[in-house]
Amino acid sequence: MSLEFVLAVYVFLLTVFLGIELINRVPATLHTPLMSATNAIHGIVLIGAMLIAGAADTTLLHILGLVGVILGAGNAVGGFAVTDRMLEMFKKKPVEGQQ
Amino acid sequence: MEDLRESIIHIAYIISAALFIIGLKRLSAPASARQGNQLAISAMVIAFLATLIDREIVTYWAIIIGTLIGGGIGLYLARKVQMTAMPQLVALFNGMGGGTAAVIAVGEFLKFARDGEVSAGEGLSVAFGVTVGCIAFTGSLIAGGKLHEILPSGAIRNPLQMPLSILLVLGVAATWIFLLGMGGEETTVWIMFALALVLGVALVIPIGGGDMPVVVSLLNSMTGLAAAAAGFVLDNQILVVAGALVGASGMLLTVLMSRAMNRPLSNVFFGAFGAVSGGAAAEGAEAKPIRETTADDAAVMLGYASNVIIVPGYGLAVAQAQHAIRELADELGKRNVNVRYAIHPVAGRMPGHMNVLLAEANVPYDQLYEMEQINGEFQRTDVVLVVGANDVVNPAARTDTTSPIYGMPILNADAAQSIIVMKRSMKPGFAGIENDLFHLDKTRMLFGDAKNALADVIAAVKVV
Repeated sequence: MSLEFVLAVYVFLLTVFLGIELINRVPATLHTPLMSATNAIHGIVLIGAMLIAGAADTTLLHILGLVGVILGAGNAVGGFAVTDRMLEMFKKKPVEGQQ
Repeated sequence: MEDLRESIIHIAYIISAALFIIGLKRLSAPASARQGNQLAISAMVIAFLATLIDREIVTYWAIIIGTLIGGGIGLYLARKVQMTAMPQLVALFNGMGGGTAAVIAVGEFLKFARDGEVSAGEGLSVAFGVTVGCIAFTGSLIAGGKLHEILPSGAIRNPLQMPLSILLVLGVAATWIFLLGMGGEETTVWIMFALALVLGVALVIPIGGGDMPVVVSLLNSMTGLAAAAAGFVLDNQILVVAGALVGASGMLLTVLMSRAMNRPLSNVFFGAFGAVSGGAAAEGAEAKPIRETTADDAAVMLGYASNVIIVPGYGLAVAQAQHAIRELADELGKRNVNVRYAIHPVAGRMPGHMNVLLAEANVPYDQLYEMEQINGEFQRTDVVLVVGANDVVNPAARTDTTSPIYGMPILNADAAQSIIVMKRSMKPGFAGIENDLFHLDKTRMLFGDAKNALADVIAAVKVV
């Protein structure tokens, strides 16, 4: 096993513990927006798909890369947009009748 | 020159990782949640731009076209889809992410195999990325289909499912051994890809619609892990960090959700294969009496009550009646009726979904009460108005050990002096279970579309 791989395993391990700590105290109200936001964050796979698509040198790799980029971009852009739409509704409303 | 380029990419990725972490932290508190999401967006944009200058990338057409198509579709759906349909949209986006991770793992494997040796670490990451990514892809599409009710929302079961699933698992395991033990060939990975796709379908199909939120959350976590695996395959740290963050927080979120619904995870997945329960409750339901009421009678009951609790459910959202219910609450408020909303943790389709829907209709936040806060209050309540909710007020969850929802915490609506249930028909709820609350002596049924029925009640309240 290469050193790079082992280091990546350490990064993975530490990040797993961090991820659990970060959202440990989330109220039930935010479960849905949080699920939606983390769903958007794994849209980071878009970057991996770009590396496949950009370096492709066979037809098959071109196809795989293109499919990956389309799906990944949909995940990232759509995920963040819908999360923002959800969270927009949580902002404080101006008190009615004060115009 | 090339080194400078690489350094820029690394620094950008480090900044991006920090922003993802801070963003996630902010996302877990209501006041800062939106800002947290925006931080995560900026993290994504930074990582995207940095990747564009990677020297491995030599052609740009697929990236540009793909990003425009995928991003366009994602943005369109995110903007246009009704808030009520949001859980299935999240499932769809999740499936897309899982598919991407699987495609990356296959693509990199093709390159490894062509260049010679596949190392143990690479083989493991590829196998994990392909398997988990594919399961998340088809699993999410099935879950989304069930939530959208394109597919039957109930549990689809037949005796062949268990052996079929076991065969698929064994098949996937065999491809892992082939890939890791013998270096593997392209064919092995393609077989793994195909089997895992079918496995995703086989695992989610037998699970009932009521458990779908937990399933989507779990698949979300799996996609995170698949993304991290793709990071291992590509030696890309930002993928490892973001993927691990989602994998871990998603797993915790899944546990929190299943706890809120009191459905142990093992039940969600393996309960589906067990004996069919709850059949007894559905039988003989026809014979039980119900008492129908009219909008005018309901208005009298509500208008002269001093304490009213509204229990909103998914049916309210489907009928787009959020605004009507707020109007009714306002009208009752003018008559000095104390109106509160009781929000079950899984009201709507997912924890927090109902809060989003009511916030959209400008319902004041301080009138919303969570289950633990309000469950003791039902005894002192004159009228409970149940609008389009069913399973979350089903007393069978407390009393009937044979019921599939037995043990799920419910709102004790049956403890109130009287109950008005607004419902389209006597059709059972999402979980497909009969509800005894509807047959109590003190329960009145008001049938009809929630929005129209509420409009009638509001008009009647104004004149009583």
